[in-house]
Amino acid sequence: MITRRQAYEARIRRRATLVAGGSTLAVFLAIVLLVPFAPGWPAVKKSFFNADVFAETFPGLLNAFLLDVAIFAWSAPLIFLLGLLVALARDVRAPAAYPLKLFAILYTDIFRGVPVILVIYLVGFGIPGLGLPRPWNSPYIWGTVALVLTYAAYVAEVFRTGIEGIHQSQRAAAASLGLSGADTMRFVILPQAIRKVVPANMNLFIALQKDVALLSFIGPVEIFRQAGVYKSLLANFTPYVGAALIFLAITIPATRYADYLLSKQMKART
Amino acid sequence: MMALLETRDLRKSFGNNHVCRGIDLEVEAGQMVCLIGASGSGKSTLLKCLNLLEPIDDGVILLDGQDISIPGLDPQPVRQRIGMVFQSFNLFPHMTARENVLLAPRRVFGKSRAELGPSVDALFERFGLADRMAHYPDQLSGGQQQRVAIIRALAMDPEIMLFDEITSALDPELVGEVLDVLRQLRETGMTMILATHEMGFARELADKVCFLDAGVIHEEGAPEELLTHPQKDRTRAFLSRIL
Ligand SMILES: Nc1ncnc2c1ncn2[C@@H]1O[C@H](COP(=O)(O)OP(=O)(O)OP(=O)(O)O)[C@@H](O)[C@H]1O
Ligand SMILES: [Mg+2]
Repeated sequence: MITRRQAYEARIRRRATLVAGGSTLAVFLAIVLLVPFAPGWPAVKKSFFNADVFAETFPGLLNAFLLDVAIFAWSAPLIFLLGLLVALARDVRAPAAYPLKLFAILYTDIFRGVPVILVIYLVGFGIPGLGLPRPWNSPYIWGTVALVLTYAAYVAEVFRTGIEGIHQSQRAAAASLGLSGADTMRFVILPQAIRKVVPANMNLFIALQKDVALLSFIGPVEIFRQAGVYKSLLANFTPYVGAALIFLAITIPATRYADYLLSKQMKART
Repeated sequence: MMALLETRDLRKSFGNNHVCRGIDLEVEAGQMVCLIGASGSGKSTLLKCLNLLEPIDDGVILLDGQDISIPGLDPQPVRQRIGMVFQSFNLFPHMTARENVLLAPRRVFGKSRAELGPSVDALFERFGLADRMAHYPDQLSGGQQQRVAIIRALAMDPEIMLFDEITSALDPELVGEVLDVLRQLRETGMTMILATHEMGFARELADKVCFLDAGVIHEEGAPEELLTHPQKDRTRAFLSRIL
């Protein structure tokens, strides 16, 4: 049975959907119809939206993207772990562990304060330059290490705010039961904190997925570098558009999902 | 008879705020002692000091004649012997009621879930929550959450239980079920210290009522004497304000 209020709200919703759909369509049509009138459009179309080039290069781009996925897949868990360890190091209270805490603070300050690309250059070129034996001179490895070091600093900060966000009464309750500080952290604080910061961490990992492309500057032939190779070969920019589409296919759903998780959390809290 | 728990000249301040200015409290085994006093008079602070959640500045706390307030003493063994229940329940929201109860005995005594199972289930049974063990705190009413919190503290098999206004955050119709739990506990001879605004309950069950004011126990006595015939003006003023 639908109440009068529900019927009214359904009517309002239907009208809002219609208006939103209509205006979106109008704007979209205007772009599609008007852009081709721009004087440079034929040239742009030829070099950025070339269907032949797209068809020819897209499979190769997808293939190169697998390397991005691989780099992401093995750096993400390392980032999670290192970030967690650094966050915990910042929380320690024992005086003997103070150097650890100091190191953690320095670490997060330094790696959040330097552009990712600089860290990639310094670590990715610098360390292999020490003359290490193969495979330890690979820029692929050290470039990934650079990504891990940088992103772990951000993830550590996210974890730290999560840990600090757990109400102090939870610690009091755990302490009153005779739980040790370590057990309180492990069983009471961390599980809640990690859950709370899932959306924030997801946004960081989405950013990481994009920044993997920066490794192309020091060697690995991942998607961005592959697109550059095609560009030189075919004298056409369409491969970059293809690469962008591939990134979007991953990042847009992931971003939506993170937003969804966040709004769900907000609702749960109120 | 020696008191089970005793404080002598207990002092505690937060900065310039001298909350406890020399508290002398004696609680004998099996007694139920109620702390009453205006908001901000230091009832919660005193309970936290007894549980070593707050370090005291001066004075001593004796548990079974032993000084437990020595600065630097490991508080964990003491807290196992003194359980505490809070006004805001403070259940762990990411665990079921049963897991909430199992966590501390598992970690502190190193017992397995299987070993603890029967006694923990019996506690849930005894307080009428057998069918709520698998629920998460946000699936329980306030009264049920508070009863789980009491079970959680009891599972550590404490000698003394501290209760800090455990019915203040509850809807009026849920207060009764939590007070019933206290009545049951009283019958088992549990030693209890309660900070409370439930004067009727204090009168019914307490062995002793202590009125906290200006950082000291201003007046104490058997409930019917103190609550009906207070000797001191400030006690009288306080009681006339809330009754
Ligand atoms: N952690 C703290 N830091 C600073 N001041 C505190 C802290 N805890 C309590 N106080 C102060 O100590 C005083 C006593 O507080 P307490 O909570 O013990 O009172 P109470 O008798 O329990 O009051 P209520 O009936 O409102 O619960 C208050 O002035 C309070 O502001
Ligand atoms: Mg209080």
